Amino acid sequence: MSRARPFPAAATLGILALSACTGPQSALDPAGEDAAEIAGLFWQMLAGAAVIWCLVLGGSVLASWRGRSLWQVATALKVILWAGAVFPTVVLAGLLIHGLRLMPGLRATESDLRIEVVGERFWWRVIYHRDGAPPVTSANEIRLPAGATVEFILSSPDVIHSFWIPPLGGKTDLIPGRTTRQVLRPTKPGVYRGACAEFCGASHALMALTAEVMTPDDFARWLQAEAGPAAVTAGPGPDAFLRHGCAACHTVRGTEANALVGPDLTHLGSRHTVGAGILANSPAAIARFVAHADTLKPEIRMPSYAMLPETELRLLADWLASLR
Amino acid sequence: MLRFGDKANLWFLIAPPTIWALHFLFCYVTAAVICAKSGLSADLRPIQIAIGAATVVAALLIVAAGWKAYRHWRPSSELPPYDDPSDDDREQFLGISTFLLSCLSLVGVVFVALPALFIADCR
Repeated sequence: MSRARPFPAAATLGILALSACTGPQSALDPAGEDAAEIAGLFWQMLAGAAVIWCLVLGGSVLASWRGRSLWQVATALKVILWAGAVFPTVVLAGLLIHGLRLMPGLRATESDLRIEVVGERFWWRVIYHRDGAPPVTSANEIRLPAGATVEFILSSPDVIHSFWIPPLGGKTDLIPGRTTRQVLRPTKPGVYRGACAEFCGASHALMALTAEVMTPDDFARWLQAEAGPAAVTAGPGPDAFLRHGCAACHTVRGTEANALVGPDLTHLGSRHTVGAGILANSPAAIARFVAHADTLKPEIRMPSYAMLPETELRLLADWLASLR
Repeated sequence: MLRFGDKANLWFLIAPPTIWALHFLFCYVTAAVICAKSGLSADLRPIQIAIGAATVVAALLIVAAGWKAYRHWRPSSELPPYDDPSDDDREQFLGISTFLLSCLSLVGVVFVALPALFIADCR
């Protein structure tokens, strides 16, 4: 029987751990200036903590090894004073000043784009404000132009949520009765994942968000398209939507459906996910969500429509998926 | 006749943290009131000056208390712990405790005031 070899095992584990540093929802793989500052802070603090950890452990090993013969009491008291009180105070003061210096940038006053995000239970209402044109409403997905300074205006009608897209920046709470702000400066085009970072109810963990950073030209084209009405506004799909009462809660611009209780579905087919990040977007996923909403997302306000005949469900899902 | 502060007592011990607490309340309440009344774009210069002045006053009071305490402690005469039931040890114990609390309170006051230097508006 061969003996266990600790080094290759440790190396494998280390490489596995490093692979966790990347991905669409990693704060250690920044795609924006703010996240890069936070990641920098993390690595600096990790390095500093590692040095201090070695010093402290080295000190305790030395003390237990040499015992009372190491220092006179008066010297030991001096070591406690300098290493135990003065040094931590200086380190903390340095970190505090460094952190405070980063803060005004998180609240920059000049922005190229303003996006209002309302945290609902358990989805995100997203409103793009445009100069000289009406705002564009969407849900559960945020698209951003790379290189722009984007100001988010955050609020909540029900409970405290928290808005966090780790590759783009830090987290900011959405607090009922208050308006909070966050500024993000995305740099690297790509598709990222955000999440609600403050427990808000049974489906808190199912309240995700797709953030797609696009080139400025692609973004302008996309916003223009997003502002338009739905691609198909008449036919059996919209008829089924109105017949089954979906319009009591949802908006599909271009049809009679204009309610504001649930997410705007005008361009549902163009989104990456269904149900605020829980299912990859497809007609089958939409049908499954409509039929089993409260099983997929406990405590959601949308009732399940499992009683609908299969043909009706498919009609609805195919139409919604076609709204690109 | 004893002059003020010639002997260590409990009032000297609680003075530095009390000054720290009052300074903390002053900073946060002033900022909250001005921001609530003037909105997000409030001019923060007066708050910065007020917090700066409060910080200087609080720091001077704490340094004064710490200086008195240092004299009561007389660190060169004897090493801690000062746990004999004697007037001398009582004096030195209160002295060192007050001195250490003064150092902590001074750091606390400076840390509480630092954000006012960097924060540019009420958001």
